[in-house]
Amino acid sequence: MRELELYFGPQHLGMIGNFSITLNVEGDRIVKATANPGFLHRGFEKLMEQRTWIQNFPLVCRINVVEPDHMELMYAMAVEKLAGIEVPERAQYVRSIYLELARIGSHLFGLWAYANMLGFDTVANWAMYHRDLILDLFEELTGGRVYHIYIWPGGVRRDFPEGFKDKIINTLHTIGSCVPDYDNTFFNNHIFYKRAINIGKITHEEAKRMGAVGQVLRATGMKQDIRKIEPYAAYDQVDWEIPVRTDGDAYSRIWVVRDEMIESVHMIFKLLDKMPKGEVYNKIPNPFKWNIPNKETYVRCESSRGELGLYLVSNGEDKPYRAHFRTPSYNHGLTILEKALENESIADVGNIMISLYITAPEIDR
Amino acid sequence: MISNSVLKPFKAVKYLFIKPKTIRYPFELKEPAMRYRGFHVNDWEKCTGCGNCADICPNQAIQMIEIKELEYKSGQKNERPRLDYGRCCFCGLCIDICPPGSLKLTRDYFHIHFDPESFVFIPKNQETEPDKYLPPEEYSVLKASLSHRKKDYDGFVSDLKYALFEPERVTMPVIAPEKRKLSFIEHVMGYHKEEAQKEASRCLECKLCEEACPAHLKISDYIHAIYEDKPEESLRKIYEDNPIPSICGRVCMAYCEKVCSLGIRGEALSVRWLKRYVADTIKDFTSALELNPGTPTGKKIAVIGAGPGGLSVAYFLRLKGHEVKVYDALLGGGGTIRTGPPVYRLPLESIDKDVNYIRSLGVEFLFNTLIGKDVMFEDLLNEFDAVFLGIGYTKSRSTKIKNHEKCELALDFLRDNKIGKQRKVGKEIIVIGGGNVALDTAREALRMQNIQHPGEKVVVKTVSLEDWDEMPATEEEIREAREENIQFNPAWGPKEVILDNDGNVKGLLCKKVKSVFDEQGRFAPSFYEEREMFLEGDMIIEAIGQVPDFSFIPDNLFKKFEFSERKKVKVDEMGMTSIQKVFAGGDIVNINMDAVTAIADAKVASEGIDRFFS
Repeated sequence: MRELELYFGPQHLGMIGNFSITLNVEGDRIVKATANPGFLHRGFEKLMEQRTWIQNFPLVCRINVVEPDHMELMYAMAVEKLAGIEVPERAQYVRSIYLELARIGSHLFGLWAYANMLGFDTVANWAMYHRDLILDLFEELTGGRVYHIYIWPGGVRRDFPEGFKDKIINTLHTIGSCVPDYDNTFFNNHIFYKRAINIGKITHEEAKRMGAVGQVLRATGMKQDIRKIEPYAAYDQVDWEIPVRTDGDAYSRIWVVRDEMIESVHMIFKLLDKMPKGEVYNKIPNPFKWNIPNKETYVRCESSRGELGLYLVSNGEDKPYRAHFRTPSYNHGLTILEKALENESIADVGNIMISLYITAPEIDR
Repeated sequence: MISNSVLKPFKAVKYLFIKPKTIRYPFELKEPAMRYRGFHVNDWEKCTGCGNCADICPNQAIQMIEIKELEYKSGQKNERPRLDYGRCCFCGLCIDICPPGSLKLTRDYFHIHFDPESFVFIPKNQETEPDKYLPPEEYSVLKASLSHRKKDYDGFVSDLKYALFEPERVTMPVIAPEKRKLSFIEHVMGYHKEEAQKEASRCLECKLCEEACPAHLKISDYIHAIYEDKPEESLRKIYEDNPIPSICGRVCMAYCEKVCSLGIRGEALSVRWLKRYVADTIKDFTSALELNPGTPTGKKIAVIGAGPGGLSVAYFLRLKGHEVKVYDALLGGGGTIRTGPPVYRLPLESIDKDVNYIRSLGVEFLFNTLIGKDVMFEDLLNEFDAVFLGIGYTKSRSTKIKNHEKCELALDFLRDNKIGKQRKVGKEIIVIGGGNVALDTAREALRMQNIQHPGEKVVVKTVSLEDWDEMPATEEEIREAREENIQFNPAWGPKEVILDNDGNVKGLLCKKVKSVFDEQGRFAPSFYEEREMFLEGDMIIEAIGQVPDFSFIPDNLFKKFEFSERKKVKVDEMGMTSIQKVFAGGDIVNINMDAVTAIADAKVASEGIDRFFS
């Protein structure tokens, strides 16, 4: 059969985000896929070099709209490490709870995208509504709905407001009570099973070789999570499990996401129980006179998409000399996607892409 | 094994009978959270125009705009922040850096307007624009804009605990009151390097202080140099405007600290102690400053009085290349500063350090020379191209009550103790007055009592016309005096000195003060003559004010001197008095009688003298 070159995105209904893939197809079988990033380059890392340490906070969270909080955390952790700032114990708990809420919010957003892509509009709307409930919590805690600018070096920007603990519990119960509905309608739905099983399969070896992280790696059977390997915030203070699947296909990946959300909810309950009293913020130096010693550092965390890292260099001035984010979608979107798309049908491109949890802003930055 | 099914999804049908969650906007509105980061409001009363919000804004959405109609207040700028909502990202950094806490974010977030220019606006608050802020029942989202806002709707507001500045000072190490009152040791110990750097790092560089300082020192620059651990650089910045940092670092009135942004809700930056740190750290001013006198001009100036004004004018003129001779009756420089502030506040070495540096520039000092006796004023006028009078207020005033001749005068008492023969003091001393001189005298007397009567019960009492709230002494001085257990009797006036049969002082009879000032705010004390109080004491010191001594000026010249209503020497904008080529500055010219004001005068006069020559 004749081979055709097909441009999938950036102006394509099936494409999520400003991203493009060039597909070599035979009929509707994909022979070869080539990822074309670059449609969303905003030069964040360069912009960061022109703003003072504190002015970068409203900026870093905007790198990826789905994942603002982990970006904040990364930057705050790196600055803390460079400047030698301590974080109070309560702030570590607040951070963990906040980040787990962010993870649930992000996963629900991902679930919306996935369900929407596959035509499960009912589930997509539920997910969007439940994400909104979490945004309400963020609004209550930080004053912002999407970009919170909440995690700062030295802790967090404000303590929990009055009665916030109960609000978290209520919201999580509301969302949790819908899990059977989600399962019935989506995860255990035979139609979904048919659409996702054995699609975009990545073997364990391939995943490791290509630098897969997060759900993509965990769906191939590897128990890998930065929260366990290199605990930050208060993740070493409570017991929790890493959800794992073994098949490495889209179906496994989305099940890992589902299990992770449930695990996060349980973790939040445990963290809330154990949360100590005290201060949540150690004062940072005067932002107008804040020069950080000549040093460099690499910090990493488990974002909702996988391992997120930040390499931050200071040359002793009031601005970063260089900042570089290592984002999970970079590997997933450029190498693994190309592999996963091989021998799949054109109809499954979006399906695979979302199951790999690729977001274009993370690739381009 | 996962049990998937084709039938189970139909269970979701039950959702058909559940009320939709979607909010029916705009008929149904969502109430924003208490901390919501919405539109800005700014309390113009509290705002000082410091511009920190504009400095920290990552998007340069805030610009400081000069407001012409704003009434000028000392230590404030006539500027207010202007927001550009095309740029603002509502991060709230401006809120967390705002020192007075005037800038706030509200929970309002509707802005509907035909004019895009309306996105750029100067925020005010509901007190200043009451007609724009409506109660919730009158508010409507369909008209919502920056000119149609909900009342009492504060969202994200400043909280000192989470502010981006440090409201608390680095504690200055001081000797405990019980210990310090036993000797003349300097009780404020001064900052170490780390402490000074930490304190300097608090400065937000808004420069309100520079406006308030009479001599307009480049405060934020020299504080920044301390923060960067460059004391030499800092000293150079100080010497641009103030040639007596060791003195001013200890006894300055610190107008800067009164207006410091950080002091509005916290503690002001210790500008004075930081200056002292620089002056004390650098042992050799000459090599640190690398200043040279200007090219010789051949002009000669006589400076009468080596006080802060005289020293400064000599320094500024010497840098311009003129030849300067300074005359003073005392044995060393400093003038009133040398005789007045007790050793525990201002040691003589600190004064000499500053004076010696000015001398090293080539200024000639003629100490122990009394004008009118050793040298005639007329001769100076003939011999020199200009004369600067920085003679200060050197004579104490007396209360002139009955038996007042049995009392001591404060300035004489202080002078003798500091640079002359120590006085004998009694065990129960009464000091009349509530100003800084009175408290210096009281605290000095207490120390002398403890030295002369060790182990015995001694007491110092002060009597002042003014009540606590209007006492002219600085807060710091009052606090320290109270720590040292000096007894205060505010709002009492002296009536009579009571003597015993041998003619020795037995005590002071006081009368209750009705009011100190009249309706116009002038000093005019009135008393309840019948309400009396008797204070026991074996020694009384009068510290109720000082007067200048012009006796060295011959009568025919003195007649030509013009004085203002408040009995101050009148000078023009060049610092020149009504007599040709005689310039004046310091206490005899100013209402505010302190060192830094004298330096400010000296700057004016030195510029004036220079212009006078050309």
